[in-house]
Amino acid sequence: MGSEPAEAMTASSTNHEPRTTNAATRLLRSDSLVLLLSAILFAVLAPFTDGLASADNLANLLGNMAPLLVVAIGQTLVLIAGGIDLSVTSTIALTSVVGALSMSADQGWLGGSPIAMPAAVLIMLALGAVVGAANGLAVTRLQMPAFIVTLTSMMFLSGLAVWLTASKPVFGLPATFTVLGSRLLFALPIAAALAGFAHLMLTRSLFGRWLRAVGFNPRTARVSGVPVDAVVLAAYIASGLFAAAASVLYTARLETGSPVLGQRILLDVIGATVIGGTSLFGGRGRVVGTVFGVLFLSLLDNALNLLGLSHFSLMMVKGGVILLAAFLDTARNRWLAA
Amino acid sequence: MTPLLQIEAVGKSFFGVPVLRNVSLNVAEGRIIGLVGENGAGKSTLMNLLGGTLQPDAGSLRFRGVPYAPKNPGDARSAGIGFVHQELNLFPNLSIAENLFLTDFPLRGPLIQRSALQTAAVRVLKRVGLNLDPATAVERLSTGECQLVEIARALSLEAQLIILDEPTTSLSLQECDRLFALMRQLKAEGRCLLFISHTLGDVLRLCDDVVVLRDGEVVGQGPASGFNPARLISLMVGRELTRLFPKRCSAEPLDRTEAAPLLEARSLSHPGVARDLSFTLHRGEVLGLSGLMGAGRTELARILFGLEPHQTGRIHLKGQPLTGSPRRRIQRRLAFLTESRRDDGLCLEASVADNMALVTLPDHTRNPLRLLDVPRLGAALSAIREAVRIQPRVDNDQPVKTLSGGNQQKVVLAKWLLAEPEVLLLDEPTRGIDVGAKSEIYQLVRDLADRGAGILVISSDLEELTGLCDRILVMSRGQLTGNFPGPDFDRERILSAALPT
Repeated sequence: MGSEPAEAMTASSTNHEPRTTNAATRLLRSDSLVLLLSAILFAVLAPFTDGLASADNLANLLGNMAPLLVVAIGQTLVLIAGGIDLSVTSTIALTSVVGALSMSADQGWLGGSPIAMPAAVLIMLALGAVVGAANGLAVTRLQMPAFIVTLTSMMFLSGLAVWLTASKPVFGLPATFTVLGSRLLFALPIAAALAGFAHLMLTRSLFGRWLRAVGFNPRTARVSGVPVDAVVLAAYIASGLFAAAASVLYTARLETGSPVLGQRILLDVIGATVIGGTSLFGGRGRVVGTVFGVLFLSLLDNALNLLGLSHFSLMMVKGGVILLAAFLDTARNRWLAA
Repeated sequence: MTPLLQIEAVGKSFFGVPVLRNVSLNVAEGRIIGLVGENGAGKSTLMNLLGGTLQPDAGSLRFRGVPYAPKNPGDARSAGIGFVHQELNLFPNLSIAENLFLTDFPLRGPLIQRSALQTAAVRVLKRVGLNLDPATAVERLSTGECQLVEIARALSLEAQLIILDEPTTSLSLQECDRLFALMRQLKAEGRCLLFISHTLGDVLRLCDDVVVLRDGEVVGQGPASGFNPARLISLMVGRELTRLFPKRCSAEPLDRTEAAPLLEARSLSHPGVARDLSFTLHRGEVLGLSGLMGAGRTELARILFGLEPHQTGRIHLKGQPLTGSPRRRIQRRLAFLTESRRDDGLCLEASVADNMALVTLPDHTRNPLRLLDVPRLGAALSAIREAVRIQPRVDNDQPVKTLSGGNQQKVVLAKWLLAEPEVLLLDEPTRGIDVGAKSEIYQLVRDLADRGAGILVISSDLEELTGLCDRILVMSRGQLTGNFPGPDFDRERILSAALPT
């Protein structure tokens, strides 16, 4: 039988060739929207908020942003591929304790050795990559939903981190390591370099183009010769690596290997990414957007803290903001894109 | 006596393209009416008008003597019109009984009355001769049994008019016989049945009246005794050729079967899809593949491209075995324009440029990070844009979903032409696009063949195949049933070969 009606429907959604975009639509699509919102937020709150505009606070704010940004970049890659990685916070905790247990002067098997610090960092990164590979293989080879794969690995890894340390923090990290946590000097440049690299790969490399194609339509990508499974796997490995890198920064700043490190930032990571314009539907996303998303969320956090809001009201505000961003993402996909 | 259903001068257009023109039909009670026509003749549209999923632009319907203007499928159901669809519309995870009474469960308050459901289901199943426990999950039934459950559902709604849209495509012979016996019995009860089928023999044997649609018009109508298969076929295809097609390479009337073989398939078989398929595609040849929907043409192309497995048989490209992923086959200069741009032809949300570049991206990278050589890629894209004549007003950064069907299809073609294919598989290359773009695509295909590529064109449009191809193969139910060399094609013989025997 012919399928005239179906074809005609196709034609209907594709008929208006010269695109007409009004200013509101353009603004909603633009990367700088979130930067603009951050500026407005800052301008509005600064006069009422003691210390928000102080140099100390701003330096603190930027330093706090760095590790969050690093995790969020990994999440950006996975979301673009059409997946999600909920296990990043547990990866942070696990790599934190494993790294600390390697190099701690008190407990570490490498304790006191001159190579303790570089070896521990490598171990942390390798572990992050292994976790990412496990998630990625479950998603590609076993074709399991990313949500349940990474949710369960979050539980498992979190439990493992606590079990390894008997729920106690690990102290005695070498000074060569903790210096990485000195915020502006190391953390921010490291985060900026990683962001720059990710941006380059995403916009200019074969991998970046393949990643977007897979996120937009894996079937088209496959027919077009894209090694879909390898690309998705690479995205999860990258996410694990970025989480481990973030863990290095967090652990160095705390000067402690903590089994509960990063437990509360999962929604911040996904929220900042989505606020930055990365689509939960796959395909769409930019590192620049994620930088702005992290900036916005950190600023909001910081300002509301200084205003003396309780942790719980802060959660309510952030939840609302992230929901709004997710709504905008849906709106962009469903109503504005055509 | 007024006819059960009167269709009066009904017309329907999609975006200015008429798909039904001034169609008038009277359908009397207690008769089986056969509706035949080529793919795209307007049968589906007509049935969708009756079923309420579409509304006519012109004309009117009367059912049981009163005006009938269904706004949705619910209206059709309550008026007493039942549908048995080609693609089975059952929920495999639910039981037979639940499927039967999905829209009107027997209720007590808010709860479903299990016992009443069971009794009613048993009663309805008995009428179609199905001796099954209504609690059985539908996924455990054979296709034939599913078809009978669909009919049972139409009966349970006390439908006076039952429309069967190609109900036999997936039935075995015995199942067909059982279905036909049931249809005759329903007719004897005074119901009216509209039977759509490509199996002309069945239509002539079973139906009292036959209606032939072509290009949205009724071109033949009358008692079945007044028709024979040959007459039906010539009514279905009798259309005049227009100058839509490029000239075949006419310098020398090349006997293409003696040209170098390019792609060879030998005894390809896969259960339920393909049976012992062997053919050869030559250099410079445009080879058509005709057949009805579900004949296995798309599946064959997907096997050739490595998207689906095949159990036995071999494929050779230029004498070397062709195996592996689509990626490896692309590297060996195979290209595949798929049936559906939306499903696996394009990334609709992505830009025109990104879509065009997708296949050949690896050729434009520099090591070691495999960064793209953007200027070189850009130059390649502008060249190919010109070659496939994508309209200049289309912006490279525009999402491809905002383009017309014709320009979308040119983007897909551009994507593949960039890879300089030697073998091009085209599955319904002009579906849903306007005539201008069609003829441009035909010209591109012919140019490519003249430069030595081999092209396999799958199409449900026989005019397209006879106009474009050097040779036409015909498939039916997973087998090759015809091989017709051109340039003069006998359309009636091609169509007969496509019909299941």
